[in-house]
Amino acid sequence: MENLILEGSAKTPTVKFDAGNGVLELKGRSIPENSIEFYKPLNDWIEAYGASPKPNTIVEVKLEYFNTSSSKCILDLFKQLEKLNSGNTEVKVNWYFEEDDEDMEEAGEDYRAIIDLPFKMIEVEEI
Amino acid sequence: MNQVYDIYKKLEERNVLLSFKGMITSELLTTILSIMESKMDHIDENPKVKKKVFNILVECLQNLYHHIDQDDVVYIPAEERSALLMIAKTGDSYNITTGNYMKAQDVPVLKEKLDLVNSMDKEELKAYYKQVLSEGNMSSKGTAGLGMIDIARKSGEKLEYDFLTINDKTSFFSLTVKIVE
Repeated sequence: MENLILEGSAKTPTVKFDAGNGVLELKGRSIPENSIEFYKPLNDWIEAYGASPKPNTIVEVKLEYFNTSSSKCILDLFKQLEKLNSGNTEVKVNWYFEEDDEDMEEAGEDYRAIIDLPFKMIEVEEI
Repeated sequence: MNQVYDIYKKLEERNVLLSFKGMITSELLTTILSIMESKMDHIDENPKVKKKVFNILVECLQNLYHHIDQDDVVYIPAEERSALLMIAKTGDSYNITTGNYMKAQDVPVLKEKLDLVNSMDKEELKAYYKQVLSEGNMSSKGTAGLGMIDIARKSGEKLEYDFLTINDKTSFFSLTVKIVE
């Protein structure tokens, strides 16, 4: 299947969903006024990917900022991946946050508490 | 008396970095955010504070944007569709202030939400955020009912607000969010 590659913008993250190696990356900022529009193609891609996924799926979340509209859509992505996890692929999430960015660290912990997927919290100097 | 000078003095007294009054559009949001980012870069703001200000500003602006972006907008007089935004910096704290007209009938629900959020400590806000995030539904406008909770959580200070009655149908809502370094 085709990879999903979206160039980042002032309000939307760079998306690199690679069906070939099972690495799904979200990077940058996600602050659109209405995030449903932006996230719909991502949900659709994951659904299609779920039909024949790689044995290991790695989700790389490297977000600098996200708004509350995106937070709900990101939760829905994780929920979709949670379902895949019980099927033909083992899903792992790597949640990146910048040094001293307690808000992003806590945001990752919030998802970890809600979603039944292994979350690895990774502190980096700069995203 | 020079009225322009009067406005200028008032903004200066309040240490206003940026102010805007008018229609809040998607393009305007992008512009305001980018101006504030470069202003904070210019004064070498602590990255932690910069992120908090940016995050809270996004939510405040999007609250204004969604408030205006409603189906019945055509029935609202033009002057009531515009909003006010002011960002001020005094000493070690940033103050983000917004002001907008709203339907008087919606005041009690918003007031209740603000009082609830203000009554909560850090841990309670975290739990409440997670609850609304996991149980709540998203509107077609893409709002998740998380804005005020997120603002309060990131600010760590009580939200200051006021509702001014304009007439039977309309109130003016003002909100000030503090970000202390």
